[in-house]
Amino acid sequence: MKELINYLADPIRSFPITCVLYFLMMKYYKVVGTKKFAWIAGTLFFITAGMFAMDPNFWLIITWPDNIPISILILSVGFLTWFTLYKCAENDKRIEAGECPIEALPENREKVWAWPNLVYTELFAIIAGTAFLIAWGILFDAPLEEPANPTWAPNPAKAPWYFLGLQEMLVYFDPWMAGVVLPGLILVGLIAIPYIDTNPKGNGYYTFTERKMAVSMFMFGWLVLWLYLIIVGTFLRGPNWTFYGPFEFWDFHKVVAEYNVNLSEFFWVFGLKQALPGNLIIRELPGIILTILYMGIPVALTFNSLNAIFQSIGESKNKFLNITMIAPAFKCLAGIPAFIEKTGYIRYYIYVYLAVIMAMLPVKMVLRWLFSLKYIIALPEWELNL
Amino acid sequence: MAEKGLAEKVRETQVWKSIFRHGPPNNARNRAAVVAGNVFLHLHPIKLKKSGVQLGYTWCMGGLTFFIFLALTVTGVLLMFYYRPTAEYAFNDIIALKEHVPLGIMREIHRWGAHAMVITVWLHMFRVFMTGSYKPPREFNWGVGVILLVLTLLLSFTGYLLPWDQLAIWAITVGSNMAKATPVMGHGGPGAMLMQIGDFVMVSDKNDVRFQLLAGRFVGEPALLRFYILHCVFIPLVVGVLIAIHFWRVRKDGGISAPL
Repeated sequence: MKELINYLADPIRSFPITCVLYFLMMKYYKVVGTKKFAWIAGTLFFITAGMFAMDPNFWLIITWPDNIPISILILSVGFLTWFTLYKCAENDKRIEAGECPIEALPENREKVWAWPNLVYTELFAIIAGTAFLIAWGILFDAPLEEPANPTWAPNPAKAPWYFLGLQEMLVYFDPWMAGVVLPGLILVGLIAIPYIDTNPKGNGYYTFTERKMAVSMFMFGWLVLWLYLIIVGTFLRGPNWTFYGPFEFWDFHKVVAEYNVNLSEFFWVFGLKQALPGNLIIRELPGIILTILYMGIPVALTFNSLNAIFQSIGESKNKFLNITMIAPAFKCLAGIPAFIEKTGYIRYYIYVYLAVIMAMLPVKMVLRWLFSLKYIIALPEWELNL
Repeated sequence: MAEKGLAEKVRETQVWKSIFRHGPPNNARNRAAVVAGNVFLHLHPIKLKKSGVQLGYTWCMGGLTFFIFLALTVTGVLLMFYYRPTAEYAFNDIIALKEHVPLGIMREIHRWGAHAMVITVWLHMFRVFMTGSYKPPREFNWGVGVILLVLTLLLSFTGYLLPWDQLAIWAITVGSNMAKATPVMGHGGPGAMLMQIGDFVMVSDKNDVRFQLLAGRFVGEPALLRFYILHCVFIPLVVGVLIAIHFWRVRKDGGISAPL
């Protein structure tokens, strides 16, 4: 059993599993967002967590002082994700029945005095927060290791936990992407959200049906790309940033056969059976062309001929296509001209390029796992690896 | 005539009346006065929609983030009495905080509070997104919030170095090595080699962004001082100003979001 969990926890398997679970959660959010589901899932979670905690290796990882906040994070995010789906499901049932969301009911629109209604809640929150911090401070010592020693690097050397998602991305990208460009784009993308999302619905109440695209993209980035990677980076990465299952001992001598190949080597050496060309640009031409093609996707999506194809797939009544959301996804793509008409080209291109660049991470992960692909463009001479 | 209670007598003294200009908040007039007339409470509107005070709607995460920020300021100031940001003293001062200082859990509260603040600020963003509260007219305030979130991470990151233990310097080494790879502006990043005219190298390990961040080529004593100033003075000041804007705009944009 433990072997199986160790085996499944490897990102090669656990990332697709997480994606599928996320997909199921959003598709059946009305089932997830019920109190019955919460009780069952909560009980199962605590039983499994208890069983996990009995394992000495797992216990070592979760009680490492700086990992305690992550346990708190997992618990609170787990609960609040359920809670938000619960609120969404509640409101969506009303909206589908033609009623207003609960927040818009006359009794909730009614104005109340800040004193005592708000001030007392805040007072309670302050007292609870103080008690929580003091209890945490008494129960757990703040982490402190040996005095700084610049000549001896610990292995693994990890960044603070909230940056471990970025450090985990270093497995798939070079530092200039994982450490600078992608975080920068996350920041820009987040700030851009209100200007891209022109859907006027869902302002001031919980809903999923009225803003499916926005909610599912945000939750995917937040839960799967951000939190999942932090969990992998914290709990499952040991010495040399090698993967270790949750019940595995961090053996420094674990040998991982890892031989990753650049796209240029695939093309010239394995494909054309010849040595790599001396000219850097010609050597990396396959990767450069692929990257340009990939970056051209947003432009291609606006072509009318492609649009007709999307339309036909989107309207297909095929059961498989519909259940796996492929048909709805194509229907979405077919809606692009209408989207541009409504919001303008600038919004469209910012939105789609942010999405395309965000998708580079899962794309690169899959390429790594399927083909052991290292770099699409490998120009270490210019420090430019992609 | 009934004898006046002690509380009532206190309320009638000149001292009490000079501090609190209104009677007890048990009628509409005084409830308005207590919120409007108090420098802390006047952050609130006098009346607000019921959905905006419900914990199920707000999760209170923004409020908790602000509370933890204040708690961190207080504990941080207390820690500054004992801590000297030099390679010679820093680690020993941290030990002394535990061993010699009465009620020595201030560092624990500060450290765990910093982690808690990262969590609450993320959850606040999650809630604001899920209720669509970034939509007009609140677009700008969402942007201010994103910057505050990043500054929270930077506050935590700069504070991470101060204990000057193995955990600290190597976490900061890993983190700051990213700056080395900044395109054009870091000496190990793409495009840095373009910044060269003949023998004159414009971007090297002696002047790139990582050097500016660490005041050196590695995490050493100058980096400690730089992170200390950033952590204790510079970033808190910026955060303070942005929080003021954030709160002001919450009010000006119509208070806590509610259905239109």
